Amino acid sequence: MAMGDASIAAEAAALRVKNASLEREVESLREQLLALRAELGSAKTQEDTSSGAAEQRNGGATATTSLSTAPSSAPAPPRAAPRHGLSRAQVERYSRHLLLPAFGVAAQERLLRGGVLVVGCGGLGSPVAMYLAAAGVGRLGLVDHDTVDVTNLHRQVMHSTARVGQHKAASGRATCTAINPTIQVEAHMCGFTPANALELVDRYDVVVDASDNPATRYLVSDACVVAGKPLVSAAAVGTDGQITVYNYGPDGPCYRCLFPESPAPENCSRCGEAGVLGVVPGVMGCLQALEAIKVLAGVGDVSSKKLTIFDALSGRFTAVKLRGRSPACLACGAAPLLSRANLAAHDYVRFTGQPLDDGPPEDLELLDPRVRLQPAQVAELMRQQQQQQGSAEPVAAAAAEAAGPTTAEAAAAVQCRSTVFLDVRPQPQYDVVALPGVVHVPFERLEQRLAEVLALCGCSSSSSSGDGGVGGSSSGSSNGDGGSCNGGGGAGSSNGGGGAGCGVGAGAAASGEAGEQPAAAAAAAAAAAESPPRVVVLCRRGNNSQRVAARLAAAGVAGVTDMRGGYQAWAREVDPDVPLL
Amino acid sequence: MVKVKIEFSGGLELLFGNQKQHDVDVPVQEGKQLTAGHLIAWTRDNMLRERPELFVKGHTVRPGILVLINECDWELSGATESTISDGDVVVFISTLHGG
Repeated sequence: MAMGDASIAAEAAALRVKNASLEREVESLREQLLALRAELGSAKTQEDTSSGAAEQRNGGATATTSLSTAPSSAPAPPRAAPRHGLSRAQVERYSRHLLLPAFGVAAQERLLRGGVLVVGCGGLGSPVAMYLAAAGVGRLGLVDHDTVDVTNLHRQVMHSTARVGQHKAASGRATCTAINPTIQVEAHMCGFTPANALELVDRYDVVVDASDNPATRYLVSDACVVAGKPLVSAAAVGTDGQITVYNYGPDGPCYRCLFPESPAPENCSRCGEAGVLGVVPGVMGCLQALEAIKVLAGVGDVSSKKLTIFDALSGRFTAVKLRGRSPACLACGAAPLLSRANLAAHDYVRFTGQPLDDGPPEDLELLDPRVRLQPAQVAELMRQQQQQQGSAEPVAAAAAEAAGPTTAEAAAAVQCRSTVFLDVRPQPQYDVVALPGVVHVPFERLEQRLAEVLALCGCSSSSSSGDGGVGGSSSGSSNGDGGSCNGGGGAGSSNGGGGAGCGVGAGAAASGEAGEQPAAAAAAAAAAAESPPRVVVLCRRGNNSQRVAARLAAAGVAGVTDMRGGYQAWAREVDPDVPLL
Repeated sequence: MVKVKIEFSGGLELLFGNQKQHDVDVPVQEGKQLTAGHLIAWTRDNMLRERPELFVKGHTVRPGILVLINECDWELSGATESTISDGDVVVFISTLHGG
């Protein structure tokens, strides 16, 4: 009988081991199932995910015990009561955190109990959300009103090509849930606004500012001050990054303490204009995830009153000491003006002069819309001009084209041309794509190179000094101008005397008229001149081109206009093969 | 003359010939000390290449620009009144908003 008992005991032990291994497999399959359901992204799945996550969090070991179906006849092996609330699955998932002396199980439990709100699911928000999900932050809120665009993908690594057009917050939730289906991920697709800011911030323990515009940055900071939440803030543009933690500790400053006055819009470069090296927000986002983990887990020194600056090109990090809380601060000072009651009514768009997102700038209306050329009209003008040049003075034109026209060469060629196409985009954009025969003078260099540009536009520098003279009476001179260039496209005008001559003439003729607004003047000039415009300014979107056209008109250039909508409109309306930069 | 290492970052370098680091000798009147306020004016008059309105406003820097003297926020040493001595490092950094 003793033999029988022993074999039964051995069998029971073997079954226990098998049972444990099967339980482990069930748990692992459960997690995979959750992840796969999350990928499907249905509304029903979210409920399942949330309840699954809740089950995992509440009490930790519930998942394991509920799954222990086969009641073993043999007594369980001795096991000490756990000194933490982590389930076995959680212990395994976060094992490398738990092994770490500087972190350990208590810090991990604080992460699991905590919630982090990530404002912005872009270049910063992507690594922040992915690392916090992986690290086991119990509840993750992702805020973004925007959808995934193909131009986001080089840096916003939480999204994928297949998700272009989807809400970023939803795409982020899918990615984070796939990484870690045992946490709760909430997507807030409404964006972060004065109306919902406090409601959102109140529900989490730490806030991460991963937004892309000053208006949202002030709003997030104010909401964190009012709600008493620490704010991990970073930014990245070009090859530079910055990170700090606001509103932390007894005297940590808030965003307003550092920047009581909003910077002017022209002092704020944006990724959509200035570009950004994709890895840079990645680096800064990782640092934000790190700071959020330190705040939540109570580990290490939090980067309060300290700004870390990252220079990607030199590979240099610099940490600088910042001021403490400012007693005069409107948000967190001794007598704050902002409160829970009035935050929603604060006008952040007016305060910063910029909208609550980083979308393209509004279309300006500096020029009379009747004068502006549609892309199709510009295309027709270019076609006509190329035909004329083919028959008229091929040598000068060819020389200018071959070199990729500098303004000097173009100035030589312009006398046989009826229209100058002035491209004022920044150099990097010109390097990617440019229309044939354009003269390139970046907007930023315009004032520096004004004399050169005026000469090119058939306006001598002497006439530019009398800048009231942009009147419509230039119609005669501009007609004559156009006539001489078109008609006499041969030797006479290409000698160079003609250009300067008609420039002076235009200036002198115009100087009698004064006081008109540049836009109106340009309108009158172009309307009066039946001939094609002398100068068509081109840019990326059609705003800087208007600024330059108005500037040139004010400096005495007759018949100057621009292309509505710039290269972007050209790509949409004339040539779909031109990439949308 | 006070020898100062000046650095521009966060895009401000674009206004200074796209060069981030500059070693300069700033003249001072006999018996007087160089202040950060003077340095800003001198930088504007002698180093700035374009669009001064993006760097200075009145006697100080534009809102959104942090000034760091020897890796410390200049608010901690008196802002425009901070004294700049031989060998100091002054950083002008434009705050970033992108993400």
